[in-house]
Amino acid sequence: MSWNPLTLLLGDASSDQVVPPKGRSTWLTGFASGAMAFIAVFALTLSLAVGRLADYWTLDLARTATVQIVAEEGEMAAQTQAALQVLRTSPGVVSAEVLNPEAQLALLKPWLGSNLSVATLPLPQLIEVRLGPDGPDVESLKLRLAAEAPGASFDDQNYWRTPILEAAERLKLMVAISLALTLLVTMIIVVISAQNALTANQSIIRTLRLLGARDSYIARAFVRRVTLRATIGALVGMVLAMLVVFSFPATSSETGLLVGLSLQGADWVYPLLVPLLVAISTFFTSRIAARYHLHTEA
Amino acid sequence: MISLKNAGFSYGSRAILENVTQELAAGSFHFLTGPSGAGKTTLLKMCYLSLTPNSGALEVLGQDVAGLTREQITQMRRRIGVVHQDCQFLNHLTIRQNIALPLLVAGKNIEDNMENLEDLLDWVDMAHRADAFPEEISGGERQRLALARAVIMDPDMIVADEPTGNVDWEMGQRLLTLLVELNKMGKTILLATHDLNLIRSVKGRVPASVLRLKEGQLSLAGAQL
Repeated sequence: MSWNPLTLLLGDASSDQVVPPKGRSTWLTGFASGAMAFIAVFALTLSLAVGRLADYWTLDLARTATVQIVAEEGEMAAQTQAALQVLRTSPGVVSAEVLNPEAQLALLKPWLGSNLSVATLPLPQLIEVRLGPDGPDVESLKLRLAAEAPGASFDDQNYWRTPILEAAERLKLMVAISLALTLLVTMIIVVISAQNALTANQSIIRTLRLLGARDSYIARAFVRRVTLRATIGALVGMVLAMLVVFSFPATSSETGLLVGLSLQGADWVYPLLVPLLVAISTFFTSRIAARYHLHTEA
Repeated sequence: MISLKNAGFSYGSRAILENVTQELAAGSFHFLTGPSGAGKTTLLKMCYLSLTPNSGALEVLGQDVAGLTREQITQMRRRIGVVHQDCQFLNHLTIRQNIALPLLVAGKNIEDNMENLEDLLDWVDMAHRADAFPEEISGGERQRLALARAVIMDPDMIVADEPTGNVDWEMGQRLLTLLVELNKMGKTILLATHDLNLIRSVKGRVPASVLRLKEGQLSLAGAQL
């Protein structure tokens, strides 16, 4: 008989019969692979969320900038107009719009509440700037602003965006390592489980050999059992993790800062790969473990 | 069928069999006797290819066992029916499934052999217990089940290690009758026992010889039965 992984799906009742349906490692294998799948789905979800966050910081925020004007009340309007003029005539700037008092109040609302009047606060004037794909020559722009509107300061958010991006990249790397470690631990558990099952059923293996069973037949029976247990455990773990992820609160696009920790759109397909990966890795890992065990016990 | 030439076996420095030379012809019936610890089980294990001699030569089913590949051993084991004193069943399988086990592991279709399986159940008088589990049946029934399992592949040789050790006289006679029937069908029988009454009771039913194993040496004991 061949070692076709499809037999795992189609079933091989003949070999399955020879392994006792219950064993010490039954519960352990299923639970361990379920727990690993649960962790893997979370790590995957986090990885995707961090990826989206990094994209957001990289693509969306990289194309915005803010000009803040701090000036005496009598000069505020003139400096604002001067700054607008500089910005609108600078290559790489798509648009420059003065943030109206209501919009500024909305930005402050989370910190100061809604009962404040903008008029009572000495707020600077903000100009929202949208940049083109190549962006402006920032140093030249700053020099021009300093000359035309001394109270204006240009903020392209680079000073705080860069470390966040670096942190996001590090986080993605950590998540990738976590996923790899999760898979490695799962494989180690599978090896131990397969060896436990083989050791616990040594008398059955002796009997089967005396009755003319090939080692490949015996190995296949144990591999199938271990793989099915691990896969079912991983499926349960995946479903539970997906339910938890599904229950994450939706993120309002208005906040902008957080892009949502839950899975989005086609991302929901990725967790489905976890049990598949567990099944494939368990199949080959337990097969190697079983054949090695039977070879050394011969 | 089996040819031993100066065959020896030892566990470490402890010699169990020394210079054993004996020929067992195809279709013959042999009792193997000797005191406990004389090496009867070791000799039987060599005959069903569970052990290989440390010295000398052993041929089973016409093949020198030295240098046999795993696949060759597997194929040869399918031609040897083994009955152990402790039977060695798979307790999670029914009587019928245990008897069919050699077919299963050989990749044969059970459905195609169902008639043969039912005949065997009738032959060992176990048809009424076919769906029971090994732990639910008596010692005598277990031995008959082991015999049925040993012959389902239509082997050339039956090797039985003290099959009547744990059963009463009547059950021992029933088992012996089944083995005699198999021998009349041309199967070679090698039966280890220390029950002299059992050996005497075969007289006149089939030609049989008694091999005595003592202090590592095998000899033909007494006259042909």
